[in-house]
Amino acid sequence: MSDLEQFRQDTRAWLEENCPDSMRVPAKGFEDLYNGGRNPEIDHPDQKLWCDRMAERGWTVPHWPKAYGGGGLNTEEVKILSQEMSRIGARRALDSFGISMLGPALLHFGNEEQKLEHLPKIARGEIRWCQGYSEPNAGSDLASLATKAEDKGDHFVINGQKIWTSYADKSDWIFCLVRTDNSGSKHEGISFVLFDMDQPGVTARPIKLISGSSPFCETFFDNAIADKKNLVGEAGNGWTIAKYLLTHEREMISGFGAAPKKSVGQVALEAIGADESGRLANSALRQNIAQYQLDTLVFAATMARVGDEAKAGQGLGAASSIFKYYGTELNKRRNELNLAVSGEQALGWEGEVYRDGTLSRDWLRSKGNSIEGGTTEVQLNIIAKRVLGLPDA
Amino acid sequence: MALVLNEEQVMLKESAAGFLAEKASVAQLRALRDSNSERGFSDDVWREMSEMGWAGIAIPEAFGGLGYGYTGLGLVLEQAGRNLSASPLQSTVLVAASVIGELGSEKQKEELLAAIAGGDKLVSLALQEGPHHAPLRTALHAELQGDEYVLNGAKVLVLDASAADVFIVIGRTGGEPGDERGLSAFLVDADTAGLTIERRSMVDSRSAGALLLADVRVPAGNMLGEAGAAWEGLARALDIANIGLAAELLGLSTEAFERTNAYLKERKQFGRVIGSFQGLQHRAAEMFAELELARSIVLQALHAIDDGEQDLALQASAAKAKLCEVAQRVTNEAIQMHGGIGMTDEHEIGFFIKRARVAQHIFGDYNYHLDRFAQLSGF
Repeated sequence: MSDLEQFRQDTRAWLEENCPDSMRVPAKGFEDLYNGGRNPEIDHPDQKLWCDRMAERGWTVPHWPKAYGGGGLNTEEVKILSQEMSRIGARRALDSFGISMLGPALLHFGNEEQKLEHLPKIARGEIRWCQGYSEPNAGSDLASLATKAEDKGDHFVINGQKIWTSYADKSDWIFCLVRTDNSGSKHEGISFVLFDMDQPGVTARPIKLISGSSPFCETFFDNAIADKKNLVGEAGNGWTIAKYLLTHEREMISGFGAAPKKSVGQVALEAIGADESGRLANSALRQNIAQYQLDTLVFAATMARVGDEAKAGQGLGAASSIFKYYGTELNKRRNELNLAVSGEQALGWEGEVYRDGTLSRDWLRSKGNSIEGGTTEVQLNIIAKRVLGLPDA
Repeated sequence: MALVLNEEQVMLKESAAGFLAEKASVAQLRALRDSNSERGFSDDVWREMSEMGWAGIAIPEAFGGLGYGYTGLGLVLEQAGRNLSASPLQSTVLVAASVIGELGSEKQKEELLAAIAGGDKLVSLALQEGPHHAPLRTALHAELQGDEYVLNGAKVLVLDASAADVFIVIGRTGGEPGDERGLSAFLVDADTAGLTIERRSMVDSRSAGALLLADVRVPAGNMLGEAGAAWEGLARALDIANIGLAAELLGLSTEAFERTNAYLKERKQFGRVIGSFQGLQHRAAEMFAELELARSIVLQALHAIDDGEQDLALQASAAKAKLCEVAQRVTNEAIQMHGGIGMTDEHEIGFFIKRARVAQHIFGDYNYHLDRFAQLSGF
């Protein structure tokens, strides 16, 4: 038996034994996944158990090196683990910005001390991280950010305000873009620092969204302290790290465009019925759904192609530049179709009959997908400029 | 199969790009049009293409072809689309060879596929009867009399009609229009008594025509496949044909877009190049995204043919519907963004929109294939 076959067998056996039954049902959404942290939100006691068991083997971050709390698995092994988890419907044991965003940036730009200090705590779900990027006057024009960090020898003193800080009120630490220098162009003088949110100079205030939930906060820094050993990369070099990290964020958001289990067409057929030829009874709606499902299939083929090209050593092609833009627009279309298909049922806000307004709230939340992490318009600017070589206005 | 090209395919693509740009470019299409070419393509260029093996590119080696598969043929068709190259690649190599491959007996395949692969015979499918692609509505009457079939009816949009040596005529030996049962395929030589070939002038300046069959008699042995049972093989051949046309449309759209993008960087108004205006930049960026999506589905659908995937019909309709949509958008924008010069016959961009609409229409347009895609998806 090949090593990989052996690995598959061992993995299957281990998962069978260690994945609790309650963790073999799909999460209801991002909110339902375990995020870890000093004071974790626990919806089910098995969440922490499952996370701890997986973290023990480094499998919350299977592709990270073992020295940093990862599983040290190669690409094939990671794929097998993921296949074996899907086989039994096991959900991800830990989902966090530490894993999806800060981790890759630290692996790339952090020094050894920073990696050893922070990565294992991310892997074990001990520290929950949030991202301090946008400011009230620095949204699409992120590089004009003004939160100020003053150099005080062995530490920085930070003053200013961030906004749209996801889950800041539930997070333990923040990775934050601050201005350490005002003398050059706006892209220079930005630094990437990490600091503890549990200190008197940091306040996080949730913002209530049109969907009724409050995943984002306003975060205020009033003489907050960041230890200098937690400056990642050189002072003034934060923009490079910020851009690198944004590509990871965009990948994550574009994943929202993936096809759901039951197709919209199937749901519509159940809700609206078919004509005598078996076609969905409303032909206008049918065309909208068909175009959406066609674009979903074509988008999946594009993700597969870019993946295959990367595996074949051709690098990340120009096609990857469309992921964030297209994936989020697709997700918005799907949510609009959910409304069209389910009618009154999708317009409920509270109560069991409306499943607590899942459809309407998801629909409203999806509007933010093409704003957060770089708006659709910014993505199109990037394609026009960097891929098509069109000049600045 | 991974969605990447292997070394052999990259070489094929590059050699096709070089050859077609030199020998079968838009300028040559214009010259063919202006000289009112009867056959609609250059025999000399076609001979060279055959010598390179392109006439048999997807035909298995056992029948005298190159055996490069449809992925190989798709790469050549994409380059033909870029250059608007007029040749029997579509009529004979893509469509007719696929129908023969699906329906023909071993003997028929040995004879006909070898003749096609050698560039010795041009064969074209005669299917459409009304203004739309509606294969099950076929009404052409075919009746067995003794050991001959007698064919009566009419066909339109027969590709390369005036150059073809043989037609594959789809007729009805049973059932009613709308039925799958009762469809049959016949080989009819171009010089058969009772067959009238009318060359028609189409918007793309390519050679298509109409056939009139009045008591055309063919030996019973000229039937491809079983009497009344042609549908399954024909449907599969049409899926292949539509994927090939999607590959052509991919090349055509990509070229039209690249020419337009270059023009945006060159044309100046208000003291600056028009490509610096965000109103045009975002439309260009959206087209780029659509073309990347189009490239993925074409490659995936070509692989689906070569890998014998079960969902070929779904992949084919997805590819054709998507490419119809993208080609329509890109060619419309190409004219708009070129402005007044794009409306002139002197500029080449107009040739792209003309060929696009014909390639979109052949064997089912966007509406046909989006409807079919929905049906195949179960709603």
